[in-house]
Amino acid sequence: MHELAITRSIVAIVGDASKGRKVARVAVDIGKLSGVMADAIAFCFPIVAEGTALHGAALDINLIDGWARCGACDTEFVADTLFTPCPCGSRQAIRLRGEELKVKAIELEEAG
Amino acid sequence: MCGICGCGAAADGEDHVHADGTRHRHGHGGHSHDHDHDHVHGHGHGPHRVDLEARILAKNDELAARNRAWFAGRRILAINLMSSPGAGKTSLLERMIRDWGRDLALSVLEGDQATALDRDRIRAAGAPAVQLSTGTGCHLDAEMVARGLRELDPADGSVVLIENVGNLVCPALFDLGEHAKAVILSVTEGEDKPLKYPHMFAASSVMIVNKIDLLPHVDFDVARAVAFARTVNPGIDMVEVSAKTGQGLDRWRHWLRHEAKAVHASP
Repeated sequence: MHELAITRSIVAIVGDASKGRKVARVAVDIGKLSGVMADAIAFCFPIVAEGTALHGAALDINLIDGWARCGACDTEFVADTLFTPCPCGSRQAIRLRGEELKVKAIELEEAG
Repeated sequence: MCGICGCGAAADGEDHVHADGTRHRHGHGGHSHDHDHDHVHGHGHGPHRVDLEARILAKNDELAARNRAWFAGRRILAINLMSSPGAGKTSLLERMIRDWGRDLALSVLEGDQATALDRDRIRAAGAPAVQLSTGTGCHLDAEMVARGLRELDPADGSVVLIENVGNLVCPALFDLGEHAKAVILSVTEGEDKPLKYPHMFAASSVMIVNKIDLLPHVDFDVARAVAFARTVNPGIDMVEVSAKTGQGLDRWRHWLRHEAKAVHASP
């Protein structure tokens, strides 16, 4: 369950950024190839947020599809796994998107 | 640019319209905002929104970079050793220490959720070791390694082996500042592990197939395992060893020596 550690990092990052103000909403990007399960983050979030500036905050998880560019034919294609081959059959793919793990934005209850 | 919602309009209490047709006025100095539309917070650009664009693993990666610089400054080769529980990480380390300890300076950071049993095994084999207990944690992180290194105090030019928590999932995500990640796959596990746990095999520079002395007794096809690993990571190296009999250890040493040369040659 590295998602617990990831969730703790999210809460720490947002806690620092909120500078003591109450956080209403947190938006995160999670790539489908990041190795992190969004459901597990959603499960951990309210528990880790308890007693912090994020207590009761909503969590928006934006799942980002995996995309890769084929090293053989230069096509860009959707890669559902780390080893999805290009439609042309080549596995020499450069991953373009889908490995994101990012706190995009937060919404604060009071402007500072 | 509007500093609150990040749109292109000027920030000073000015009305502006967003691409989706919504319009709002930003306040300043902490007073409330006037909205010219039914405003639903969370629609993407509310007036209290603060864009962070913060990488969640940034802190760990920063600490890992510090560890990496620390290793480089001492010309230490650091290897992050990972596998499922029971694949033979500690047994391989014991074998390396017993066979090579006289002419190769090795020391070990031992990661486990609980107990110092593995640290004691390593010390009994003849190498310095520090136990890192992760408690409920399922992986080592860069901060734990930094702490462990201060206690271990490895010699310049030596090899530090970091035995991660037995787990084929979580450790793959956390950079420790190592020179390379090595994954051990034992022949008593399925050869399809690289496909089932692709992140681990994608992150590793080398796959060590361990317990090859048992090959006559198990249905494990080494070629298939390697093919699966290279499906996920075409560049992954492979060595076959038996920590029990010592078979193949020379090739593993050769791999390490090659990596050590790169570390020693770096400016």
